[in-house]
Amino acid sequence: MGYWNDFTKGIWRENPTFKMVVGICATLAVSNAVANGIAMGLATTFVLVGSCVIISALRKFTPEKIRMPIFVVCIATFTTIVSMIMNAYLPSLYNVMKLYISLIVVNCIIMARAESFASKNPVSNSFFDALGMGLGYTMALVIISIIREILGSGTFLGLQVMPVNYQPVLMMVLPPGAFLTLGLLAGLAKFIDTKAAERKKASKERVILGGRASSDITG
Amino acid sequence: MAGHLLILLVSSIFVDNYLLSRFLGECPFLGVSKKVETAMGMSVAVIFVMTMTGVISYVVQTYILVPLGLEYLQIIAFIVIIATLVQFTEMVIKKTSPTLYQALGIYLPLITTNCAVLGVALLNVQMGYNLIDSIVYSFGSAVGFAFALVSYAGIRERLAFAPIPKTLEGFPSALIGAGLLSLAFLGFRGLV
Repeated sequence: MGYWNDFTKGIWRENPTFKMVVGICATLAVSNAVANGIAMGLATTFVLVGSCVIISALRKFTPEKIRMPIFVVCIATFTTIVSMIMNAYLPSLYNVMKLYISLIVVNCIIMARAESFASKNPVSNSFFDALGMGLGYTMALVIISIIREILGSGTFLGLQVMPVNYQPVLMMVLPPGAFLTLGLLAGLAKFIDTKAAERKKASKERVILGGRASSDITG
Repeated sequence: MAGHLLILLVSSIFVDNYLLSRFLGECPFLGVSKKVETAMGMSVAVIFVMTMTGVISYVVQTYILVPLGLEYLQIIAFIVIIATLVQFTEMVIKKTSPTLYQALGIYLPLITTNCAVLGVALLNVQMGYNLIDSIVYSFGSAVGFAFALVSYAGIRERLAFAPIPKTLEGFPSALIGAGLLSLAFLGFRGLV
């Protein structure tokens, strides 16, 4: 239950992109094509898992006062590793997103997880927390990039999916489209949550009312 | 020469605006843009830190990392430079203007993790700019950042009193507003 809970909270309940709205620079920048979105999401997940495990393993030896520099060096190391790997094996993708891969080091999601979770919890929990957050982030990126690529270029992973005479909405692959898509999706996430909370509240009230009714009878 | 620098300056301020077209530094953009006054303070701090970072990172890259063949330490070296500069700026602001220091709060140390600052250092290297170009480009980008941040804060001050659907309150409406502002900035594309 514990590990499962740590893992699933990043996927929806505390989704970094839709709920917490952190680390959105890269989200907005690379989500104009699905391939970029997947690559960026997985690269971030790798850095997140690697650095959270190390930070968590070192948490007992890390002096409180200089923890930030230690976190940053740790994250920067993993970012360097991922950018070297991508440079070696996926050069064409790497050339498109070079800047944003290097910028994973200042992605707020990683710092937030390091500070609020990995520095206080055991390695195994931190691993699942980081993995869940990373996959939640990847999922969000993929959803945004699917919407933007299909509407903006009429393609999905480079394959034509819209009818041939479809006129692409160029705005969606340009910067404004990123803001609008993320804004509307964050609104949608909030709407789903409010609806779910209302339903929960209604069912809870029914239980309370029911309980009171039965106690009235016994009283 | 001067013409080339002018084009670089104008394009870094308007065309390749860091916030609205390169998506660097979105956290402070959404975080401190609720009031024009705080946005101004943040802008000044960012202009200072970004310009200094541009210069120092250029010097470190050309005279330390490249001669020693240590390019793979670039990210770590730049992050350390930025953290030091931010610490320094924080001390200066704390001494000179305690009210501004209070208002900026958590966002001041967060400049360290502002992608715009690291972004300008990395882009200077990537584009192969020389020292003068780097200074102009860093300063221009920072001014562009400040320009977008302050104008957006002006919009958000008014947005606070607008009747917005409940589900779109907060971040969603802020993002949509940013999208519209970014649409307006697209108009600058023909400028250079």
